[in-house]
Amino acid sequence: MLPDGGGHFGQYGGKYVPETLMTPLRELEDAYLRYKEDPDFRRELDYYLVQYAGRPTPLFFAERLTKHLGGAKVYLKREDLCHTGAHKINNTIGQALLARRMGKTRIIAETGAGQHGVATATVAALFGLECEIYMGEEDMRRQALNVFRMRLLGSKVTPVNSGSMTLKDAINEAMRDWVTNVRTTHYILGSVLGAHPYPMMVRDFQKVIGVEARRQILEKEGALPSLLIACVGGGSNSIGLFYEFLNDKEVAMIGVEAGGLGIDTGKHAARFASGELGVLQGCMSFVLQTSDGQIELTHSVSAGLDYASVGPEHSRLRDAGRVKYTNATDEEALEAFQLLSRHEGIIPALESAHAVAHAVKAAPAMKRSELVIVNLSGRGDKDVQVVSEILSKKAE
Amino acid sequence: MANRVIEKFKALERSKQKGFIAYIAAGDPDFEVTRNLVIEFDRIGVDIVELGVPFSDPLADGVVNQRAAERALKRGATLRKVLATVRKIREVSEIPIILFTYFNPLHHMGVEQFVAEAHDCGVDGALVLDLPPEESGEYKPLMDMKGLCTVYLLAPTSTDERIDLISRHSTGFIYYVSREGVTGFQERLAGGVVSMVAKIRTRSGSPVAVGFGISTPQLASEAAAYADAVVVGSAIVKKIEECGDSPEIVQKVSPFVAALVKAVKGRK
Repeated sequence: MLPDGGGHFGQYGGKYVPETLMTPLRELEDAYLRYKEDPDFRRELDYYLVQYAGRPTPLFFAERLTKHLGGAKVYLKREDLCHTGAHKINNTIGQALLARRMGKTRIIAETGAGQHGVATATVAALFGLECEIYMGEEDMRRQALNVFRMRLLGSKVTPVNSGSMTLKDAINEAMRDWVTNVRTTHYILGSVLGAHPYPMMVRDFQKVIGVEARRQILEKEGALPSLLIACVGGGSNSIGLFYEFLNDKEVAMIGVEAGGLGIDTGKHAARFASGELGVLQGCMSFVLQTSDGQIELTHSVSAGLDYASVGPEHSRLRDAGRVKYTNATDEEALEAFQLLSRHEGIIPALESAHAVAHAVKAAPAMKRSELVIVNLSGRGDKDVQVVSEILSKKAE
Repeated sequence: MANRVIEKFKALERSKQKGFIAYIAAGDPDFEVTRNLVIEFDRIGVDIVELGVPFSDPLADGVVNQRAAERALKRGATLRKVLATVRKIREVSEIPIILFTYFNPLHHMGVEQFVAEAHDCGVDGALVLDLPPEESGEYKPLMDMKGLCTVYLLAPTSTDERIDLISRHSTGFIYYVSREGVTGFQERLAGGVVSMVAKIRTRSGSPVAVGFGISTPQLASEAAAYADAVVVGSAIVKKIEECGDSPEIVQKVSPFVAALVKAVKGRK
């Protein structure tokens, strides 16, 4: 079983944090391990996942898209139909319930696209917790609608203007807050990143996606899929889908990173394309960095994939050859964004559009009898402004 | 030769004096200034210098040190240039020097190569902010082998178990973070510091330095009452920042640091 007791997935993961956080991380791990098997906790979590978040989410056969691509049958795991419009709520409900049991009265979070921020602000309102969200100024501009939503939900949104003003800098600022207020505050990290126990805990809260999808595809088709596709920023929706299928040897899996303007341009967030082993924000993993070990600025049209490192368990799955990683460019994601909107009446988040973009490449080459599941991790309402700007610029 | 940090604490103990440790961000505003500041610090009685290695994502640092790192990086600061600067300082000064760094730049260079070069350049030890003993499997034995000090942090949240763990790993001294939070300023010392430092001193044989948030001679003097040494960082970095590109940075910063030295040394 991975991770080991120190939070390592092989050489990846671990706890690379200042001493002030070592004891709080230990307390969090102890609390998590105690409650994860606790019947009361499980019952309460299931209650909110079903009654509040709207689980299980459908596994939808994308018939017109399948016909258009002319290959494997494409199914969409509809995480976009979760309350707040993305898979992020699976994790924030779990962590908020944990925070309550730990006696914390305040929660904080970082956000890139704003989906995790909204999901955190939502559970803060639901459970009556004080909440502060850190968000890069550049991301606040790109995702203005989500900023308004978080404020409407009663959270404080604090702009971060250091570094690249994106997700990485928001995490730095959230960690600074946590170090300072650690006795009263729980940090709801939104992805399978950071120091142990976060990569393990967030994975466990997200693996419901794959548990449902596996049951649903067996019910509908009586067979397992040939291929799973999910986008990978930090990697929480992808690990959530993949995890339950890891022992099914016939199921291939592909994680799609942000190819940005293209790998050759250097403006991307494809850690597995040109990253190297390194330590960023609490864990060892693949990191985009300079020859001097400084963290590189990344680029993606989707704020949620715009991050210089990747969840440590993904690095391990890559080494093991269990999951393959590829990337889709901004351009390809924008195409897929429109394609899915027109063929299925579903506007995907730009993050999820990267997964759709890979399905567009992969499905036509597969047999019609084969099945593909694409994780539609979020809905695209938050992105229509950005996409409309880009498309109208192109039209000029 | 014997490690300069260890020798320094022995000498302080013999003379029944408290130590003063000054932190600056290496390469802020440039390495020439860094070298001149360290030489000046030696002249006015600073006991140990901590040189911050600029990093793009300094998550344990407050805004003052973040800005200093940004300034240094903008002018091309790298870990190699920090090491080269220490080598230059060694031409004229034997002041003990500790590198204060995040793990990634060091890991990227290769821990073994870093240790060899640091030793070769005249560095006396390192404090790697985001490298607790649990992740020090490669780093710690290599540092020990070259006789370099491995300074670790303790914090208000540290349990007795961790105090013991860190006492076993820390050489030279233990750095006690006087409050929960990042580097920066505070009006008064956090509660519980005195009893925590006393506890660490009974459980460990190492000297204890107190830092994070000590910004005035008054606070430095208070901390010196119960600690073996006092660290001041952000307050000095702020003075450097206020000088901008002035050619007289050293002359402008020196009196403030001298006042801190006096505040720490002026007491028994």
